Amino acid sequence: METLVVITCGFYFLSAAGYLFYLIFQKDVLQRAGFGLLLAGFAGHTVVMAFAWYQSGHIPVRNLYETLLMAGWATAGIFLAFSHRFNLKIFGIYAAPLITFIMLVATQVPRVPTQARPIFDNFWLVMHIFTIFLGEAALALACGAGVFYLLQERAIKTKHHGFFYKRLPSLELLDGVGYTCLIVGFTLMTFGLITGIIYAKSVWGRFWSWDPKEVWAGITWLLYAVLLHERLTVGWRGRRSAILAIIGFAIMLFTFFGVNFLLKGHHGIFTRF
Amino acid sequence: MQHIILIGLSHKTAPVELRECIALTSEETIDTLADFRSHPDVRESIVFSTCNRVEILIASQNSANAIQTAKTFLAHSKRIPVERFEDALYIHHDEAAIRHIFRVASSLDSMMVGEPQILGQIKDAYLVATQQKTSGPLLNRLLHRAFSVAKRVRTETGIGDHAVSISYAAIELGRKIFGSFMGKKVLLIGAGEMAELAVEHLMGQHVEEIIVANRTFERGLALAKRFNGHAIHFDECIAHLRSVDIIISSTGAAGFVISRDQVKRSLRERRNRPLFFIDIAVPRDIDPKVNRLSNTYVYDIDDLQHVVKENIKDRRQEAVKGERIIEEATVKFKHWHESLKVVPTIVALREKIETIIDAEIEHTLSSLNGISTEERQALERMKTALVKKVLHHPTIFLKKDGCREDRTVYLDITRKLFGLDK
Repeated sequence: METLVVITCGFYFLSAAGYLFYLIFQKDVLQRAGFGLLLAGFAGHTVVMAFAWYQSGHIPVRNLYETLLMAGWATAGIFLAFSHRFNLKIFGIYAAPLITFIMLVATQVPRVPTQARPIFDNFWLVMHIFTIFLGEAALALACGAGVFYLLQERAIKTKHHGFFYKRLPSLELLDGVGYTCLIVGFTLMTFGLITGIIYAKSVWGRFWSWDPKEVWAGITWLLYAVLLHERLTVGWRGRRSAILAIIGFAIMLFTFFGVNFLLKGHHGIFTRF
Repeated sequence: MQHIILIGLSHKTAPVELRECIALTSEETIDTLADFRSHPDVRESIVFSTCNRVEILIASQNSANAIQTAKTFLAHSKRIPVERFEDALYIHHDEAAIRHIFRVASSLDSMMVGEPQILGQIKDAYLVATQQKTSGPLLNRLLHRAFSVAKRVRTETGIGDHAVSISYAAIELGRKIFGSFMGKKVLLIGAGEMAELAVEHLMGQHVEEIIVANRTFERGLALAKRFNGHAIHFDECIAHLRSVDIIISSTGAAGFVISRDQVKRSLRERRNRPLFFIDIAVPRDIDPKVNRLSNTYVYDIDDLQHVVKENIKDRRQEAVKGERIIEEATVKFKHWHESLKVVPTIVALREKIETIIDAEIEHTLSSLNGISTEERQALERMKTALVKKVLHHPTIFLKKDGCREDRTVYLDITRKLFGLDK
């Protein structure tokens, strides 16, 4: 299995390289290669995850290593789904290196074995993890779309059409993709929080226990809720929407890692070493 | 051997006054081609004439005579003395002529490098020449090669990628903002050649509606009719800011026609959908501060000119790649052209037949149980005799009396028939 993890990382790395060369040389064949390699990496990754699940009998998020593997897998999956939906070739230049980075970090962290506890075997937990991770992956892509939007907007506004202007698609498309990512991400995150709350009730007997992770997740959720609300009512779009998508993702990263390392809480064991 | 000769003048060698005098109408082109057809020294000919160049492509065995003939015909057809344009003429032979026609077709020799019309113009000229039956195997092949080289240059380099006119540059910018113009509304304020050109480009991009505002309502009505749009009164412009997406402004007003506050107010109503101002007027119509509002983009004439300048620079860089492709194609074509001499063709033919016989002998021998050296020598002798006898008549035909008219045709056919160029 260890070999397969390495092979998966290799595919992702080559895919990132392919997309990078595509960014520079603009040859379609490079983009197709990058996409194909990512697909291959994702297939290997899926096998790794399935095997880990089968072997331990639990959804593989018991330590930081497995959590990161899951995060990488969700990002790759969401990216592939979105590429299928939008023909946005340049997006890989953000997603592929991100996935590669997550995977490289995953292979570097120590693998603390966690003993199985009965609270891991729960339908709500599985739902909670899948929806949260997929939602966060979609929000990561929304952040990428935001970064691209800001780059392109700057080029058009300042009238200095540099390296990215030619390579990036139109503002409207970037804004639209970012918005779709936000809606999908927000919906999944909402489901994730609801299933998490139900799970908390079934395990600890309380829906909400003011755990730091819960609080920060609530803050993240509220931020995205405000962003979407403003967009729907007064039409917050473009630059402002892009900046908030990036800030939202930063807060989400803090909720994901920062809370575990800096604050205490019941998620700690999954993401700390 | 037929030589390829190109004789012509272009924007690089002749001023517009001279080009005007030389440019041939389509009737004159046909007459000139007819003259060439009946001339013994000109085997094949193609004439093309655009506003930037007049070029005559000739295949002939006697270059000097052919060149003289071309000059005389041109002078005769336009009724001006040869001396008036002789200095502006360039004359290319064989390899240089091949390279020149490739460069022209690929739009590397154009006034605006990368402009796409020239290829179509050459295709038309070639069509006329084939209809007049003045084009033959040599020029046919040359022109077809030129078309494919031009296509290669266009697809493999970015020579035609970016707009080099103000109005096209504005459209390209719009595409970077909106993606597609489907469902977008355009407001034209004022009138003017560049602004109207931009609107015409936009019409071809399936915009939803074109609204025209002009100080004189009648003029606005006339323009609106031309663009299939509708006219509004000049004072209504501001009110329409909430619904339109692209504003092209080109009025003669001394001050700003649209201020920052007016746009800011409309942005709220339009729920921040992007607004793109193209300000072609001098002095400017749109307050430059508008560009600082979010989701609003203002490009004035200087900005657009800057974009165009950058694009031209890009094209020049891409043209270098194009030259490389052309050099490659020129060398290839030159080889083929030179192979149209008699001796190389006969040599190639001999080699082809020898190879076939050799292969067959080997094939047959491998199924036998080996033969003696004498027997093998006998086979070799048979091979030599066979090649000699098979080639006897074709050699005489190609070398002497058989090709009374045009040897190129028969050489070309021979090469094709036996697949000598494969």
